[in-house]
Amino acid sequence: MTTTAPIISVTGGDDPGPTSLAGSRRPGEMVVMLLLRVAAFVSVAVTVGIVIALVGPALNFFQQVPVSDFLFGTTWRPNFAPTEYGALPLVAGTLMTTLVGMIVAIPFGLGAAMYLSEYASPRVRRVLKPVLELLAGIPSVVYGFFALQFITPTLLRAWLGVEVGFTNALAAGIVLGVMIIPTIASLSEDAMSAVPDALRQGSLAMGANRMQTTLRVVFPAAISGIAAAIVLGISRGVGETMIVALAAGSQPNLSPDVREGMQTMTGYIANTAGGENIVGSVSYNTLFAVGLLLFMITLVINMISIVLVRRIREVY
Amino acid sequence: MAATVVAPQVLSTSKRGHDSSAGSLLFLAALWLSLAMAIVFLMTLVVTTAVDGAGRFDSALITEYGSKLTPDTTGLRAALLGTLWLMVTTALLAIPIGIAAAVYLEEFADNTRWYNRLVELNLQNLAAIPSVIYGMLAVGIVALVGIQRTGIILVGAVALGLLILPVIIITTREAVRAVPREIREGSLALGATPLQTTWRQVLPSAIPGIATGTIIALSRAIGEAAPLLIVGVAVTVRFDPTGIMSAFTAMPIQIFNWTSESREEFKVAAAAAIIVLLGMVLLLNGLAIFIRNKFQRRW
Repeated sequence: MTTTAPIISVTGGDDPGPTSLAGSRRPGEMVVMLLLRVAAFVSVAVTVGIVIALVGPALNFFQQVPVSDFLFGTTWRPNFAPTEYGALPLVAGTLMTTLVGMIVAIPFGLGAAMYLSEYASPRVRRVLKPVLELLAGIPSVVYGFFALQFITPTLLRAWLGVEVGFTNALAAGIVLGVMIIPTIASLSEDAMSAVPDALRQGSLAMGANRMQTTLRVVFPAAISGIAAAIVLGISRGVGETMIVALAAGSQPNLSPDVREGMQTMTGYIANTAGGENIVGSVSYNTLFAVGLLLFMITLVINMISIVLVRRIREVY
Repeated sequence: MAATVVAPQVLSTSKRGHDSSAGSLLFLAALWLSLAMAIVFLMTLVVTTAVDGAGRFDSALITEYGSKLTPDTTGLRAALLGTLWLMVTTALLAIPIGIAAAVYLEEFADNTRWYNRLVELNLQNLAAIPSVIYGMLAVGIVALVGIQRTGIILVGAVALGLLILPVIIITTREAVRAVPREIREGSLALGATPLQTTWRQVLPSAIPGIATGTIIALSRAIGEAAPLLIVGVAVTVRFDPTGIMSAFTAMPIQIFNWTSESREEFKVAAAAAIIVLLGMVLLLNGLAIFIRNKFQRRW
């Protein structure tokens, strides 16, 4: 397609001579290569930095509070006189909001993905995908505001008649789920689109209709990619901060009733960080201990997702 | 996200009778509903928020500083300027490093080496780490360097820059990967060194893709409140930021604060501010889509 003229003009001034490529390394280029390599390893430095930044203050925290009390204690009361640092209520809060979120996100996300991958014409897809991307692009603080101003008072109380608190895990979870829909839809669609057409044609040739082909051939073939998408969605839900900080409430709560307010790990971090925390103080260290726990949990979830993604690559 | 394979064209041309059985139609309706739900949600969010904030689309919203005492005329001046400063600083920090890292990984890294595979794995993980954690990282870095105040533009930009770095790297790699091998081989065959090939052939061809990914990454950063909250961005700022060492507030933080206030006037102001923020996000996304459709080359 390209004419030869521009290519000649590009290399014209350099006169590289007939030397072999391997031998023509120049000192200047070595420096540039080194810079590129350093840039690539910045990302590793970030991970190491995160671990160091979290572990330091967290270690100080664990000198005062035994690890077992932190992990298995059932009362989280860091601010009042008999302080207790049992993180289970925070973990439970995260679990409940994420659970509600996934109940919303998985069916709708997969439904959207199946439609886009198996039914939509390329033109429809070109219109609908940006709309989903837009949903992913809405700032989470906006979702939090919406949960507080619309989902709780209008949708839950007025329309559905659910008795919920001013802040509650249900509203936060629903909005969280909508926020995660694009993640699950987009990654699942990629996984289903990657299923070879021969499988679909085989299924159709055997007399299956499109629904049967989608559910019994494409879906199972793409299952590890879809699982990875869901796991990544869970990770998003666990780590989401502003929605739960605004809409889930700020009282640590072990109750499984999602109509009550509950504080999540990220919610605690956001609510506490808003105030003044002197470096090295107990509240500062507590913040980082919870941060470390959050980091470890998402790390494990992410690794599961990455392993699942690797598996689809091996199949096709 | 990997480029999608356009697969089902074969299927869409074959409209068969048994696709219109009751079960099939119900299934299709359910799929439709999933997408419709997402769109209805999006529209409800925008419309109800716009209605909530309707009372505050006045000039004071843009020109006034935020105020606890006069909720009727509280404004976004400091937040708008703070967000502008923050975004420019974030872009200057993250884009060069992101592109350099992507070019190295895609063009020069030997994937059989364990440390290069470690970088890969690490990137995938970093992209999914909660954004609050990046705020904690920035605070940690600042404590290490010895800067006293953390609620300044530079620290906020470090947090957001590191947050979007994996996104920029991943999208840039996809753009670079999409440049056909023939272009590289042609350049090399004419005597250019690998670096010259990258700089003069591969990168210029990949610019639309890189620009699209970078703008989308910035549109994510512009709405991030959590890391800034950790960094300790000021609640009420009544001055314009003067430099990267200046204290500041940002749009999402201002919205968070107003939403947390109990007085109704602040909720109205928050809704109006949300519409302004959504406008900015939409503008950035629109720009990205425009660049993608207008300039992206398909080989």
